[in-house]
Amino acid sequence: MSESWPVVEVLSGGASDVPPEVQRRLYEDMILLRTFDERAINLQRQGRIGTFPPSLGQEASEIGSAHALRRSDWVVPSYRDHGALMVHGLPLSNVVLFAMGRTPSLSSALKALPTSIPIATHLPHAVGLAVAAQKLGTDDLAMAYFGDGGTSEGDFHEALNFAGVYKAPVIFFCQNNGWAISVPRARQTASETLAQKAVAYGIAGRRVDGNDVLAVYQVVGEAAARARRGEGPTLIESLTYRLGPHTTADDPSRYRPADEYQDWKESRDPIQRMGGYLMAHGLLTAEDNQAIRQAAQDRIQAEVEAAEALAPVEPGGMFQYVFRQPPGDFATQQRRIEEAVSRG
Amino acid sequence: MAERNMIGAINGTLDQLLAEDARVMVFGEDVGKNGGVFRATEHLQERHGDDRVFDTPLAESGILGMAIGMAVGGLKPIAEIQFMGFLYPGLDQLMSHAGRMAARTQGQVNVPLVVRVPFGGGIRAPEQHADSIEAVLVHTPGLKVVVPSTPYDAKGLLTAALDDPDPVVVMEPIRLYRLGRQEVPEERYTVPIGSARVARPGKHLTVITWGNMVAVALDAARALAEQGEADIEVLDLRSLYPLDREAIGESVNKTGRAVVLHEAPMTGGLGGEVVAAIQETAFWSLRAPVERVTGPDVPYPPYAWEDFYLPNRERLVEAVRRTLKD
Ligand SMILES: Cc1ncc(C[n+]2csc(CCOP(=O)(O)OP(=O)(O)O)c2C)c(N)n1
Repeated sequence: MSESWPVVEVLSGGASDVPPEVQRRLYEDMILLRTFDERAINLQRQGRIGTFPPSLGQEASEIGSAHALRRSDWVVPSYRDHGALMVHGLPLSNVVLFAMGRTPSLSSALKALPTSIPIATHLPHAVGLAVAAQKLGTDDLAMAYFGDGGTSEGDFHEALNFAGVYKAPVIFFCQNNGWAISVPRARQTASETLAQKAVAYGIAGRRVDGNDVLAVYQVVGEAAARARRGEGPTLIESLTYRLGPHTTADDPSRYRPADEYQDWKESRDPIQRMGGYLMAHGLLTAEDNQAIRQAAQDRIQAEVEAAEALAPVEPGGMFQYVFRQPPGDFATQQRRIEEAVSRG
Repeated sequence: MAERNMIGAINGTLDQLLAEDARVMVFGEDVGKNGGVFRATEHLQERHGDDRVFDTPLAESGILGMAIGMAVGGLKPIAEIQFMGFLYPGLDQLMSHAGRMAARTQGQVNVPLVVRVPFGGGIRAPEQHADSIEAVLVHTPGLKVVVPSTPYDAKGLLTAALDDPDPVVVMEPIRLYRLGRQEVPEERYTVPIGSARVARPGKHLTVITWGNMVAVALDAARALAEQGEADIEVLDLRSLYPLDREAIGESVNKTGRAVVLHEAPMTGGLGGEVVAAIQETAFWSLRAPVERVTGPDVPYPPYAWEDFYLPNRERLVEAVRRTLKD
């Protein structure tokens, strides 16, 4: 079966026709994301933020996919997709605030739903956003992000089926990072590939080397072009690997073979691969590398400072946006809590 | 007798139940090698094999639907749902099937199923990891719902749930998993489903609660006793369905005053049902209106607001003082 689902790669071939400035940008954003995740893990250890789900190892999938979209397309993310959201326009300070247990005020210009914590239940929303774009006559699309584990939920199957029926302009971007917490991909489904699940729903399916940022950029770009031409949805299986823990609360040494991890870390790191490629094609020097890393750290420092400078939350904040027209009873409930807080 | 925390008691009980009956199966997301995200199933796969303790694909409707079939088919499934907020994709199976199978078949097909679900807040967890939807479960006819608040009861209720011929949901208060130890007998025992427990005897007012909030109630009662203000009785319901109306009546008839405490939102919360039970069993003994101290009617907020959301000692003490004044 897997022979009929070739894995698209670009970095191993010759020169790419992606413009050099875009290639550079992809590389810089991957470094920004990695630097951010490392910083966030540190902040969590220091107790400055809560539980955090790093995307270490998945930078090419996150960054390459989001760069293939337009800002007017919808991103429908999971909890690990701050990298894609950052590319789509979310300030990193908001990611920090979120991990501090706050609700960042999302700009209404950002075409993204809040990250879905429940697995796969957001996939039908992406279909709905795509149907809305279709019926309103735009050529925008929606892209849902989820993991290999997500393909087991009923909502995954319902979403693919609906998308196929309505030929909706939607991309299902599945990052197969090998693991769903402690459950390996092989125990998630008896299907040999995840991409082949597209066949059952009559939609297009692709497999891509998810640690090859140019390949991800290309495959998502092709799926987006199909969607905009009215040719319908695509399921993309992006083959990558979670180098970090599931979240900062997880200990992967309990379940993950050390040699598997070592192999991905040492020979398939997406940032090293793209860096080597750019250097080989004369698009990057060692000094550039230094400067990119420094710029990433400076930017993240500023974003963390911005997040930490905000005043603490007030009790009223949790009532504020539940309804556009709050029931009268809310005022009483809020006052009770505020009184107790001011006396306590 | 060994001292255990609640998670240790649950782990030991599962171990015992697996050992005593080959039909017992323990499964769910990450329960195998990982031992569960809270370690409730730690080492159980090593001891009992991966055909009896196993990971499922990531699908709650699949887990509970399969569990129903396994129960009907002659096994004794104990399914774990990772957090109560992730039970929702599986609710369909509980509401459409587990709860009505016996009635629809005139008792020919029964579903002796146990579902374990960690619930509740107070541990600064990410969003949607702190919900309490006991009211929804209790409002589903055909389901029994129990909530231990001590290691002893965790073992006794889990064992009773396995022995019960009907589907039972065991709600496990996350914040109490590792808070405090207690002697837990090694031998098998049950805590009867449907019986409340007086967690602290008192004379002046009854606080009726369950789960995480039992700790808050005991704390408030201690503070009020130390200040010589009042002697509070704390009734830990332990079973939410069936509800121990007799114990509620007995306690409130004695004290004449009651406050109901729960962390779930107020409107439509189980507190309303408890107030109705008080009204039915102890109306003529009441000397003050019954108050509810609950979470507000908002989605459980991100954790920066958690301390505002969750009822705490201060809010409970205030309600107790108001109720004692009348
Ligand atoms: C409906 C639902 N069930 C269970 C969980 C608990 N949970 C959080 S992440 C996770 C594993 C997800 O794995 P995968 O979909 O492969 O994505 P990854 O975390 O690897 O990016 C589980 C079981 C959840 N968040 N939502």
